[in-house]
Amino acid sequence: MGIRVSNLSKKYGPQYAVNDISFEIQTGEIVGFLGPNGAGKSTTMRMLTCYVSPDTGSATVAGSDIRTEPEQVRRKIGYLPENNPLYEDMSIVAYLQLTAELQKVPKKEIRPRIREMIALCGLTREQHKNIGELSKGYRQRVGLAQALIHDPKVLILDEPTTGLDPNQIIEIRELIKKIGREKTVILSSHILKAVEMTCDRILIINRGELVADDSTENLRRRAKGADRIRLQIRTELNAQDLKALLEDLPTVAEVTPDAGLNQYILDSKPDADIRADVFHFCADKKMVLTEMTTLESSLEDIFRELTISQTES
Amino acid sequence: MNIITICRRELATFFDSLMAYIIMVVFLGLSGFFTWMFGSDIFFVGQANLSVFFNIAFWTLFFFIPAITMRTIAEERRSGTLELLVTKPLSDFEIITGKWLACLLLIVFMLVLTFPYYITVASLGNIDHGAVFSGYLALILISCIYISIGIFSSSLTDNQIVAFILSLSVAFVFHILFDVFASIMPGSLAQISSYMSVNQHFQQMSRGVVAIENLIYLFSITLIGLVMATMSLRRRLWI
Ligand SMILES: Nc1ncnc2c1ncn2[C@@H]1O[C@H](COP(=O)(O)OP(=O)(O)O)[C@@H](O)[C@H]1O
Ligand SMILES: [Mg+2]
Repeated sequence: MGIRVSNLSKKYGPQYAVNDISFEIQTGEIVGFLGPNGAGKSTTMRMLTCYVSPDTGSATVAGSDIRTEPEQVRRKIGYLPENNPLYEDMSIVAYLQLTAELQKVPKKEIRPRIREMIALCGLTREQHKNIGELSKGYRQRVGLAQALIHDPKVLILDEPTTGLDPNQIIEIRELIKKIGREKTVILSSHILKAVEMTCDRILIINRGELVADDSTENLRRRAKGADRIRLQIRTELNAQDLKALLEDLPTVAEVTPDAGLNQYILDSKPDADIRADVFHFCADKKMVLTEMTTLESSLEDIFRELTISQTES
Repeated sequence: MNIITICRRELATFFDSLMAYIIMVVFLGLSGFFTWMFGSDIFFVGQANLSVFFNIAFWTLFFFIPAITMRTIAEERRSGTLELLVTKPLSDFEIITGKWLACLLLIVFMLVLTFPYYITVASLGNIDHGAVFSGYLALILISCIYISIGIFSSSLTDNQIVAFILSLSVAFVFHILFDVFASIMPGSLAQISSYMSVNQHFQQMSRGVVAIENLIYLFSITLIGLVMATMSLRRRLWI
């Protein structure tokens, strides 16, 4: 009863914005929809919210078909569109009231429901302000509050954390986690960090095609080989010998010289902890390790690999 | 129910903006000024008559309705809130109709504000209350058409000024051009043009005869405008 998408496609002109995408999301799952700009995330979400129609393929949202029962679908979803459009001239309460009425929340429940949303989304101190006066982080909370007002089964959030500062990102992420426990949530981003911490599962989309669909944990495991560190060593050895020695380490897959003197970038083999090896190697040889930095999170690499290799081909 | 919700929100937005009050003051000022200028003899003749005012208001509405309708959808398109609105469980036709109704209520409100003219003139002599009633009714009925045209124009663009010019141009065709055609075309073409002219219907109705053919005309043009505006919202689905 979550979301079921089968062979969904949508063209703009001659170009596919979304090309034959299929996936399923179960109730209770929080799924990240990851891809670079222009990958087709928003287009997919707009098809799920019945904002645009697919050319081919079908999808059901909480059991309702997006082609034949758009009104049912819209009752069951809470949607936060990209860039979080809001009526700037309205007060928070008036706006939530409007949304509640449009979402057919029973009249008696509207007031308590608004109070509940204001508390849940941390808007209590701002509740009498006009939306136009709010900072970006608070606007995002209002966007979430309107999406949640009718207690929807499915939440569709398009780039909910883009443009926020790091503290706001953490707050919004915590909020999504909290409300996502009994709901089906799909949230998109072009930044891995934004979905990695929140989502149980990640779908990666590139140029309209789904290139990965796996649990965050599995993806991380799969990506282990791409662990990458930079190190600098103070030693009497010449550069060639040092490089050869490093390459001989059992966990090292590749050694690339970097800008500084005796500075290298090391890629590890899959499932191997490269740092312990390097440390012991230096200690044995009585060399001084002056720098050792993890360059990027492993998932970042698989994301880049999946999305770049396709772009080049 | 959805229509009422949309309508209420639209009215609230309108009365929240400074533009609204400017429009209302200028509308009242212009109507009053021209009525006084062209109709000042009524104060001397002692023949209490509001027909000058109704003809002036017919023109001021022609200019002011596009200014009222221009933001209805264009602004939601520009700010992106249209995406939020159309993904709520209500039909596109309800959105259009709600906005149309809000504009109509606004016009009715503005016309109510012109009652002081009526009261002033009535106090001067024997006024034909029936004629006043049909004059106001005729103004409201032709407003239905112009609002519908205005909302359709607003639905085509995300720029309020473009929407304004567009709806004024289309309204111009109904307000003036069909009348011109009616006078230069031969035979049945002239008849058709005359039937299409808002002016012809307005003159008939404000004389106190609201015939079924007037209502059919008003109803169909209004409905065509609303349906076309709805189609323009639904275009997003297919392109
Ligand atoms: N309304 C539209 N008209 C034409 N092309 C569009 C439209 N919306 C999206 N596209 C194109 O479809 C592709 C996918 O866009 P989008 O779904 O917005 O990507 P994302 O949300 O992942 O950044 C892009 O190439 C974009 O230019
Ligand atoms: Mg997008």
